[in-house]
Amino acid sequence: MSVNSEAAAPGSGGDQHDALDTQDAHGVETSAHAQNPLAPGLPEHRLRRTDIDPRAAKRAERQVSLLFAIGALTPIIFFIGYVYIPNDKLILIPLIGTTSASNLFLGLTMGLGLFCIGAGAIHWAKKLMPDVEEVAERHQIRGTDAERDLAVAQFNAGVESSGFGQYKLIRRTLIGALAATPLFAVPLLKDLGPMPATLLRYTIWAKGVRIVTDVSLAPIKPEDIPFGGLVSCVPANLAAVEKATGTLNARAKVPVVLVRLRPEEIRSQQGKNWDYQGILCYSKICTHVGCPTALYDQKSHHLLCPCHQSTFDLADSGHVVFGPAARSMPQLAITVDAEGYLVAQGDFTQPVGPSFWERG
Amino acid sequence: MTTHETGPIVKAGGAAADYVDERVGVSKFLKKNLTKVFPDHWSFMLGEIALYSFIVLLLSGTFLALFFKPSMTEVTYHGSYVYLDGIRMSEAYASTLDISFDVRGGLLMRQVHHWAALLFMAAITVHLMRVFFTGAFRKPRELNWLIGNILLTMGILEGFAGYSLPDDLLSGTGLRIAQGIVQGIPVVGTYAAMMIFGGQFPGTDFIPRLYIVHVLLIPGAILGLITAHLMLVWYQKHTQFPGPGRTERNVVGYPLFPVYTAKAGGFFFIVFGVTVLLSAVASINPVWLFGPYTPTQITAGSQPDWYMGWLDGALRLMPNVEINAWGRTLSLNVFIPSVVIPGIIFTALALYPFLEQWATGDKREHHLLDRPRNMPTRTGIGTMSLAFYVLLWIGGDNDIIATHFDMSINQITWALRVMVFVVPPLVFVITKRFCLALQRRDRDKLLHGYETGTIMRMPSGEYIEVHAPVSDEERVKLLAGRVYRPLEIDREPDENGVRPKRKPLDAARARISAFYYAEQISKPTPDELTEAEHHALALSDSYAAQVESGVSPPSVDGGH
Repeated sequence: MSVNSEAAAPGSGGDQHDALDTQDAHGVETSAHAQNPLAPGLPEHRLRRTDIDPRAAKRAERQVSLLFAIGALTPIIFFIGYVYIPNDKLILIPLIGTTSASNLFLGLTMGLGLFCIGAGAIHWAKKLMPDVEEVAERHQIRGTDAERDLAVAQFNAGVESSGFGQYKLIRRTLIGALAATPLFAVPLLKDLGPMPATLLRYTIWAKGVRIVTDVSLAPIKPEDIPFGGLVSCVPANLAAVEKATGTLNARAKVPVVLVRLRPEEIRSQQGKNWDYQGILCYSKICTHVGCPTALYDQKSHHLLCPCHQSTFDLADSGHVVFGPAARSMPQLAITVDAEGYLVAQGDFTQPVGPSFWERG
Repeated sequence: MTTHETGPIVKAGGAAADYVDERVGVSKFLKKNLTKVFPDHWSFMLGEIALYSFIVLLLSGTFLALFFKPSMTEVTYHGSYVYLDGIRMSEAYASTLDISFDVRGGLLMRQVHHWAALLFMAAITVHLMRVFFTGAFRKPRELNWLIGNILLTMGILEGFAGYSLPDDLLSGTGLRIAQGIVQGIPVVGTYAAMMIFGGQFPGTDFIPRLYIVHVLLIPGAILGLITAHLMLVWYQKHTQFPGPGRTERNVVGYPLFPVYTAKAGGFFFIVFGVTVLLSAVASINPVWLFGPYTPTQITAGSQPDWYMGWLDGALRLMPNVEINAWGRTLSLNVFIPSVVIPGIIFTALALYPFLEQWATGDKREHHLLDRPRNMPTRTGIGTMSLAFYVLLWIGGDNDIIATHFDMSINQITWALRVMVFVVPPLVFVITKRFCLALQRRDRDKLLHGYETGTIMRMPSGEYIEVHAPVSDEERVKLLAGRVYRPLEIDREPDENGVRPKRKPLDAARARISAFYYAEQISKPTPDELTEAEHHALALSDSYAAQVESGVSPPSVDGGH
C-alpha cells in the first residue's frame, strides 16, 4: 500500500513581505507579488486606532473602566434587591409575562455585572493589549529515539530487577489475584435490590376488590359511567397498601380505566364476560415502557399513550393499532358486588406494564 | 496602561510569587507557558463555552445541593406555593418547591443550573461538529476525540440524572420510561431494573442513588476528563486554520498572558452573565406547574430536554416488533431504539478517526485544519449523520407537530420512519456534490481569478468580464489541503513472478479508500498558476491600453 496524495499546500512561509492588492488609477486591480506568492508570510500588522491615537486609547481605557465599575457596583444593587424585594412579589413585564420580581431583579443585576466584567476584559484585550500575532514553533510530540530507547531500557531494567519475568509463579498468581478482586463487589452489590422472582407478575387487584376513582377514591356503580366516558380508577385497597409499604410501587401497576361501550360496539375482549354490561376495564399502564395512557377517543374507542403514541383499541381486546407498543393492553375482568359497586373478578391474568425477558 | 501604574502590582505580586516559587518552583512552569501561543478563531470558542458552562454548573449546583433533599419520603406540602398546599409529595419535590419559592435567589440558581446544562450540551454538540468537519480529530488528536466522546455521553447522562431529581410529574415520567427501557433489556434487564431501583418502580431508593451519581460520580469523572482534554490540547498545541504564515509546523496566535488570559477569562464572565440574564427573563423547567410525580398521571405533550429528544424519537418511530419464544420475551421495539441504535451511533462516532486514517493510509500529524469542502466524503458523512439525528429528534416531537399543525400523528410517524432511511443518503450525495462543486469553484478562482464586475469591450466588439487574481491570503487558503488518491493495492508480481500476498481486509480497505477519495478535484500546480497569472496580466494590460487610447469601457458596477 502506498499513500498517494498531492501535497498542494505550500511549505512553510518564512519572512513577511508586502502582498497587498493595489488598485491603479483606473481602478484596475493588479497584484503586487513578492518573490514567493504561494507561501507568503503573515499579513502585515495593521495598527489600530488605539495604537496611533492617544485620545482613542484614553477612550478605550475609560470604556473598560466603566464596564469594570458596573461589575463592581452591581453586587451592591443586587444586595439591595435581595433585602427589599419580597420573594413572593409578582410583577407583569411585557413580553416576559407575570414573573417573580425577585428572580428578575437578582438575575438582571447579577447577569449584568458578570457580563460587564467579561465585556471589559475582552474590550481591554482587543483595544489596548498588543494585537500582533506571534508565531511559535510546534515541538515534536513523540520522544526522540534516544529518549525512547532510554525509557525502554529503564523499564526493562525494572522488570528485570523485580524478577517479574523470572518468577513465573509470582506473576501468574498476581495477575490471578488482581483479576479476582472485582468479585468482592458482586455480593456487595447484590443487596441493591431484590431478586425479581414473581414481583412483576402480580398486582394488588383481587377478587371482590372494589374499583374506586383515582384521587377521590369513590366506589363506582355501573350507572355512574356514561357512554363514551373514561374513568381513571385504582383498587379500593390501594390506600391501605400504600400506608403499609410507604412506597408508590403498587400504584405504579394498578391504575385502570373504565369505559362504557354499547354491547354491539365491543368486537372482542380478552375473556368471556370480563365486561359488565358493556363496561370494560383495562390497565392504564402502557405495555411499551410504562407511561400511564390517558388520551381516549370516544368515537374510535382508541386509547393513546402520550409518551410514544402507542394506540390501543379498547373495543377490540385492547389490541395495538398504532405505535411502538407490541402487546395488547391487559384487561381486568369485572363484575358488581352485592351492593352493586363495580369490583374486580380477580387479578390481571398477565403482567401489566412494559415487557421483560422472563415475561413469556 | 502605563508602567508606573503596573509597578506596585508587580512588586506586590513579586513577594507572593517569590514565596510560591521557593516552595513549588512555579517559575519553571510559567516561563515556558506564559507566552504560549493560542490561535484565534470564533469556532474555537465553542469548546470554551462548554467548559465555562460546566464551571457555572458546579457553582450553581453546589448552591442547590445546600437546600435540596434527595429523598422519596412522602410529606405533605405547606410551603409558599399555595396551589399545592396540602398535597402529598416526595421530599425531593417539596425541597425543589422550597428552593423555587422560599429560598431567596433559589429560583434564579435553579434556572441558572438548568440553562447552563442546556448550554453545556449544546456547546459540546456544536464543538463536536466543528472538530469533525474540520478534521481536528486526526493524528495526533485521536485520543482527545475519544475523551470528548466520553464527555458527550456523560453530559447526556448527567443532564438526564439532573432533571430527574426534582421528582415532578414530567421527570418522573422520564424515569418511568428509563425504567421500562432497562427492564426490557434481554436476559439481565429485569435484574438490572430491580438493582437500580431497589425493587419495583418507583421504590424509595432511586432519587438518593441518582443524587450521588449526579453530584459526585459523573461530575467527578467529567472534571477529570475535562482536565485530561485540556492538558492534551495544551501539550499538543491547538490546531489552526490555513492562512498566510500558518504551517503544519508552527502555531500563530496570541500569547496566553496577557491577551488570551483576558479574552478567555472575559469570555467566562460573558457566558456566566448571559446564562444568568437568560435565567432572569426566561423560565425553565417550572416544576411547580407539573405537580408531584404519581404513577397514575401524565401530561400530554411531555417532552424531554433537547439533548434527549433524539432518543425519545427513536423510541417513538420504532415499529412494534416483539419476539416471544420459549417462555422468553425479546422487546426489540424497546431494545433496538434505546440501546442498539445509540450503541451503534456512539461506537461509530468514537471509531471514526481510525476508520478515516485506515482509508487514507495517512499516518502523518495534522495541525492545519481542513476546509470541509476539501474532504467531501467526510463532510457528506457528517451531514448525513446530522440528518439522521435531526429526523429522530423531529420524531421525538411528533405529537407536538401533530397538534400544532393539525396533522395526523400516524402519517407523521410513518413519514419519518421512511425518511430516516431515505433522507440521510440523499443528504450525503447532495453534500458531496456541493463540496466538489465548491472545490471546482476554488480551482477556477485560482486559475482565472475572481469576477471583478468590470465589463470590457474587446477590439473585435466582444464583451468580456475582467477577472482579477485573488489576494495572496486568499490564494493560500484556496490552495490549502491535501488531495488524497485512493489507496492502491499492489498486485503486480515481483521479479520472481510471485504476487504479493493479500491481507484479508485489503479489498475492503481499497473499496473504502475509493469511496472516500475516488472523486477529488486536483489543486492547480504551481506551473498552471504561473501561466494563469501571465494570462491575466496580458488581459489587464490590453485593458489598460484601451483605457489609455480613450475607449471608454462600459462598467456594470456604476463606476469606481
